[in-house]
Amino acid sequence: MTAPLLDIRSLHLGVALGRSAHHPLLKGVSFQIMPGEAYGLVGESGSGKSVTSLAVMGLLKRPLAVSSGEILFKGQNLLTLPKREMRRLRGNRIAMIFQEPMTALNPLSTVGRQIAEMFVLHQDKSWNEAQKLAIDALASVRVPNPDRRAKNYPHQMSGGLRQRVMIAMALACNPDLLIADEPTTALDVTVQAEVLRLIKELCAERGTAVLFISHDLGVIASICQRVGVMYAGCLVEENETRALFDTPRHDYTKGLLGALPRLGSRSQHGRQRLVDIDSIIADRSKLTETRFIAPRGIEGSQP
Amino acid sequence: MLRFTLRRILQIIPTVVVVALLIFVIFSVVPGTFAASLFADGKRAADPQMIARLIEEFGLNKPLMERFVTYVTDLAQFDLGTSFRTRQPVIDLINDRMWASLKLAIAAMVFALAVGVPLGFLAAMRPGSILDTVTMIGAVSGLSMPQFWLGLLAMYLFALQLNWLPSFGYGNGSFQNLILPAVTLGVTPLALLARTTRAGVLDVLNADFIRTAHSKGMSEIKVVRWHVARNALVLIVTTVGLQFGSLIGQAVVIEKLFAWPGIGSLLVDSVAIRDIPVVQGTILVIVLWFLVINTAVDLIYAAIDPRIKQE
Repeated sequence: MTAPLLDIRSLHLGVALGRSAHHPLLKGVSFQIMPGEAYGLVGESGSGKSVTSLAVMGLLKRPLAVSSGEILFKGQNLLTLPKREMRRLRGNRIAMIFQEPMTALNPLSTVGRQIAEMFVLHQDKSWNEAQKLAIDALASVRVPNPDRRAKNYPHQMSGGLRQRVMIAMALACNPDLLIADEPTTALDVTVQAEVLRLIKELCAERGTAVLFISHDLGVIASICQRVGVMYAGCLVEENETRALFDTPRHDYTKGLLGALPRLGSRSQHGRQRLVDIDSIIADRSKLTETRFIAPRGIEGSQP
Repeated sequence: MLRFTLRRILQIIPTVVVVALLIFVIFSVVPGTFAASLFADGKRAADPQMIARLIEEFGLNKPLMERFVTYVTDLAQFDLGTSFRTRQPVIDLINDRMWASLKLAIAAMVFALAVGVPLGFLAAMRPGSILDTVTMIGAVSGLSMPQFWLGLLAMYLFALQLNWLPSFGYGNGSFQNLILPAVTLGVTPLALLARTTRAGVLDVLNADFIRTAHSKGMSEIKVVRWHVARNALVLIVTTVGLQFGSLIGQAVVIEKLFAWPGIGSLLVDSVAIRDIPVVQGTILVIVLWFLVINTAVDLIYAAIDPRIKQE
């Protein structure tokens, strides 16, 4: 068996409140990603998907802080790595695509220059060489007229194009792991499909592992081999994508799947009834360490 | 870019015309005449005959429309009229004073920029630090202190007590004479610049693209140099532009205090004796100064931000 590329071991993370108080956000999250594997993290807003990814990138900002656990990347614990070493990994070996292509690029800098920065930072290229490599990178994400587009500013591009620029930037140094935090959520559906296909194909070509974060089960299903379901700071279920969809074990997963409309599935009344997950997310401080999830209606009613 | 530049420069012209018109109207309706104020020394009433003679001489008895036409045609030939008091062409009087004012304003702004922007930047990089707290308290104090009082304090300390610098006067343009008035005048823009720079930088630091920059593995210095600086510049340029324009106005007090032979003190003196041609000319020049600064700011914007040329 090969060693995992990314191995997160009982990661606890929270908001530091004052000197000793601590409000937990992640409560012992553990999962592994194999080299070249696409792993999906699903869960509703606030379930801890994004902070998990930021923790891996080492981009947590105060007052967010990891309290315990390990994040092993190629056997190296990222949490204890010196800043300088971490910077060398970031962008180079572990790259990230963000949700908002509209704001994730610097509006005052050409996209070519912003991609070129990767080569200057991690491959010691001169700006001239880097600019040329940036054009190649744009071509590799199938941006038409890459040499002309490289001179464009972000505001001259559509959302889909900008997200391609982000992908080109993230994959510029052929990272081992790509973290995609809801990369298609802000895009319209047709563009979404193109961008997804692009991520999938490029990563498969280069053998890049993907940590794909989304609340969209359909998107996850189309790209990931394995899925982890997050709820209120815990990884409540993890399985092969197909198996998870066929036989969800956890109540919350069942709820999530039940809330998905499906083509062709109708009940005898001629209408499919979607399952409703009770509206308000549970107050984390009242959740116990066990991974049991009470029906939210009941839990919410307790003082 | 050339078309944009040209268009912005040409836009100055209509504004100047409207302003000239407004100035003329305002000074045609203000009460009191030069002639009356000239002879009103408080001891005896002005001689009506003298007043009548002066009114005749300056053509003040002509109909308003006729005077306006003369004013505009003169203005079109860059003739701002003749001073009632000194009988010199207004343009010469302004020319004598303007450079001293410009020198003062530029020196004050350079001082404000050189100190305010770095302080604001550093404060934003470490919010909540001692430097941040001290800078912001200093900025609020700087904004709150009346300039004339600050000027007096500076004069007392550096000129009278320590005897390092001359207390007032132009001193034939020596640098030492410039320091006290320029620093005093520069305190307000300095405080404002420190605050806006801090706010602007903090804003940029929270932007999504800064997170992207960090995710690329950039050191903090590179993030600031490559991504923060340029974006923060927009707000700084705005502040500098606004402050630069109003510096000339604020300089009136400082020029009086330090006996600085600038355009501000010329304006105050002329208003006091109702020397209308000089007042009109001075205001027009100040307005022109405002417009030039504004245009320069717009052009700098366009150079910084590619989105502006689009419109």
